[in-house]
Amino acid sequence: MPKDTGIGASSKRREDIRFLTGRGVYTDDLALHGQTHAVFVRSTVAHGRIRSIDTTKAAAMPGVLAVFTGEDFKDVGGNPAGWLINSRDGTPMREPKRPVLAYGKVRHVGDAYAAVVAETYAQARDAAEQLAADSEIEELPAIIDMKAAVADPSNRVHDEIPDNLCFDWGWIEDNRAAVDAAMKAAPHVVTLELVNNRLVPNAMEPRASIGEYNPGTGDYKLTTTSQNPHLTRLLVAAFVLGIPENKLQVVAPDVGGGFGSKIYHYGEEALVLAAAKKLGRPVRWTAERSESFLTDAHGRDHVTKIELGCTKDGQILAIRTETLANVGAYLSNFSTATPTFLHGTLMAGPYKVPHVYVNVKTVFTNTAPVDAYRGAGRPEATFSLERVIDKMCRELNLDPFEVRRKNLLTPDQFPYTTPVGLVYDTGNYHATLDRVMAMADVAGFETRAAESKKRGKLRGMGLSTWIEACGIAPSHLVGVLGSRVGLYDAATVRVNATGNISVMTGAHSHGQGHETVFAQIVAEKLGIPESSVEIVHGDTAKIPFGMGSYGSRSLAVCGTAMAKAVDKIIAKGKKIAAHMLEASEGDITFENGKFQVAGTDKAKTFGEIAFSAYVPHNYPLETLEPGLEETAFYDPANFTYPAGAYICEVEVDEGTGKVDVVAFHCADDFGNVMNPMIVEGQVHGGVGQGIGQALCEFTAYDETGQLLTGSYMDYPMPRAEDVPFYNVDYSCQTPCTHNPLGVKGCGEAGAIGSPPAVVNAVIDALHRGGHTHVKHIDMPVSPSRVWAAINGQGG
Amino acid sequence: MSRIHVTATVNGDPVEFLADPRETLLDALRNHLDLTGTKEGCGTGDCGACSVTVDGTLVCSCLMLAAEANGKRVETIEGMARDGLHPLQRKFIEHAALQCGFCTPGILVAAKALLERNPDPSETEIRYWLAGNLCRCTGYDKIIRAVQDAAAEMRQDHRGAA
Repeated sequence: MPKDTGIGASSKRREDIRFLTGRGVYTDDLALHGQTHAVFVRSTVAHGRIRSIDTTKAAAMPGVLAVFTGEDFKDVGGNPAGWLINSRDGTPMREPKRPVLAYGKVRHVGDAYAAVVAETYAQARDAAEQLAADSEIEELPAIIDMKAAVADPSNRVHDEIPDNLCFDWGWIEDNRAAVDAAMKAAPHVVTLELVNNRLVPNAMEPRASIGEYNPGTGDYKLTTTSQNPHLTRLLVAAFVLGIPENKLQVVAPDVGGGFGSKIYHYGEEALVLAAAKKLGRPVRWTAERSESFLTDAHGRDHVTKIELGCTKDGQILAIRTETLANVGAYLSNFSTATPTFLHGTLMAGPYKVPHVYVNVKTVFTNTAPVDAYRGAGRPEATFSLERVIDKMCRELNLDPFEVRRKNLLTPDQFPYTTPVGLVYDTGNYHATLDRVMAMADVAGFETRAAESKKRGKLRGMGLSTWIEACGIAPSHLVGVLGSRVGLYDAATVRVNATGNISVMTGAHSHGQGHETVFAQIVAEKLGIPESSVEIVHGDTAKIPFGMGSYGSRSLAVCGTAMAKAVDKIIAKGKKIAAHMLEASEGDITFENGKFQVAGTDKAKTFGEIAFSAYVPHNYPLETLEPGLEETAFYDPANFTYPAGAYICEVEVDEGTGKVDVVAFHCADDFGNVMNPMIVEGQVHGGVGQGIGQALCEFTAYDETGQLLTGSYMDYPMPRAEDVPFYNVDYSCQTPCTHNPLGVKGCGEAGAIGSPPAVVNAVIDALHRGGHTHVKHIDMPVSPSRVWAAINGQGG
Repeated sequence: MSRIHVTATVNGDPVEFLADPRETLLDALRNHLDLTGTKEGCGTGDCGACSVTVDGTLVCSCLMLAAEANGKRVETIEGMARDGLHPLQRKFIEHAALQCGFCTPGILVAAKALLERNPDPSETEIRYWLAGNLCRCTGYDKIIRAVQDAAAEMRQDHRGAA
């Protein structure tokens, strides 16, 4: 019988009422007295030397209040990379300064080198256009293609970096010789070269920021579209502008999706704060969609060669990869971690593989910065692995289900130390594989394929079995791996005098439904109604601390901090109850919202204890502080490891190359599930994005560095007509062993597991149609690419 | 440039404002009338976040000049709940057919316009009608189901009332 409240219930999302009635408050919805408008002047060339900027005319235009150029910020700090990665030879990565506004050179189309603030948006825009006309930028040859960037050391994105390489990373370098030897000795080696296509995250709410400054107090306030307001505060205050953190409040109100792109600090946030200080008035900026396309951190963009050594019956013996990863023109905050520790560490997948070696060369190009996008590194690892395994099955004429079964880790092998540095704590990968095969009616596939054929379509079925490391992250481990921050989290649980509760969490909800799920957990633990719990997030002035939401960490890390703070409340409540009930603390039990002397009917309700804490007339004041509010910080002992098995069925039109996803089945193990309805939605969204990557989305720069796909007319987002209903199951549950909720995280699963399932299905369909020469098609598997592959052009 | 005096009916209320001749209906709703439920997702009519109806026709308010609304009847998300939530709004909660909520007002306005034209749309018809509305969070599954469910309920109510 499903529960109707608390942990495990599909409680309705309380945030929805405001969104459904147009009462959500996103950054751009705020209007402030005396507000001014900033417009940025952005480079129209991919690579250029700034010869001169004449601000005279722009500054004199109607309504213009201030003009800024890169020179104004030359002496403040750069926006730093969050992870230091060392190259194979031990040298640290090259880390060019990322300034608030570009000076000296512009390095990608959209790179902001000046800004205008004016009374109205139209005035600011007019003046920004004048300023663009009065800027002399000498265009330099653009560095776009990664292979060319590395091959031609004469042309440099950053003058001080000779080969455009950020680092050349080996994981694990000490294992390389053993992996090479295992590969050489393997009876069969499968090789696949593939591209993990560059994506634009495209949160539906464009980035927006409002800076405020109070000259009377010296206090700053930044309202911004962020997934992690504390991290933004740290970056903009401590690293860039040099503002003491206690003088800067960062608020991320309702945020319209992030998918990674709103983790990072961007220069616009620093500009609106600096401008607000200069003018003593609020300064606002909202990206146009074209600015989002040009300047939001993009995702993926790997070129990989993967080799898999195996026996003739499909036992995997060794995996070796070489990847070129694009970081774009500057290092975004997580950009060095994404292709390394979020990618290389997952290259063993859910399999028992004795030898794995990963090499990643990260390359600067004259394109927008590239950073974590839903899944971040793990989709790239999963795609490479699941595609090469599919290719192995075709080369050796093996059944893909049996090959997975043969190689998957078994439940008795946990905890399992992988050859790429992780310890998987628990899982049951065969269970999810069995489950998805039942869901997909694998046995009935031939009948469906025959029916498709009657309609002139080729039907194919693709499988992927995936794993990820999330619940980011154990600080001691990421510290060893180069992280410059800790990745713990914090929560404060404040019990108010009348027994209702405010929870201040370091997680940030931008679609995930934390306000509902977190309240379910607190309510269940305290035996009170969900409606008595309010979740507060997104404001550094209200929340103790937090590293925000990404990497499926909200529940596993922030939720655990919250659960621990609730435990402290209960522990203090027991002390108060012991005094009031004249019993010893050890005899007090807490169940269903009641503190009770064990074995008696003497009890106090949670509300009575709360009231007593704030009206301490009968209270042990000599030994206990009044009030009932607790804060907990929690640093996870390990990553969490959600895993699952996905099956995709497609129909391919041979005449046009058009692919339709006709069925998609997901069997996931997320550990314990707090709200099934919300979990389903997370998987749906991830799969939708994964199908988008597999079939539609492509970010194209031409050779001069112009973004050809800079609008929704050119960048094909998946639309309602492009995707099917999804068949989602999360009944295989092996609870995480190292957090008290037993949760693993579900936010990224769909985007990780789905792209290879789709592509494997397309290749399967083509082979069934006799097009056995097609070994691989790069994503997006668009009609033109499929048609070309069928007709022997490429593929 | 002189401003244009616009009078219109928005969500049943008479309104008047002075519009810059270049100003879009979307900007007028958000900046003059404080109706910020209607969102700008692209400004080029490709994402549907700014969907409203004008004299009953579904439009992208980012593509229409505010001055063109003179004398017209405009309906936005803020006017959708009358005597309680609209069945679409209720079904969106029931199915959790939204996540970040940014595209949601436009999708609801568009779905309402669909059901007013076609009270019994097929799944394909719903998907094609809503193809003009981008959602990056939900993968559309629960949206389509919520619209189907709301349509069924509204047909039931209609039969009950007849």
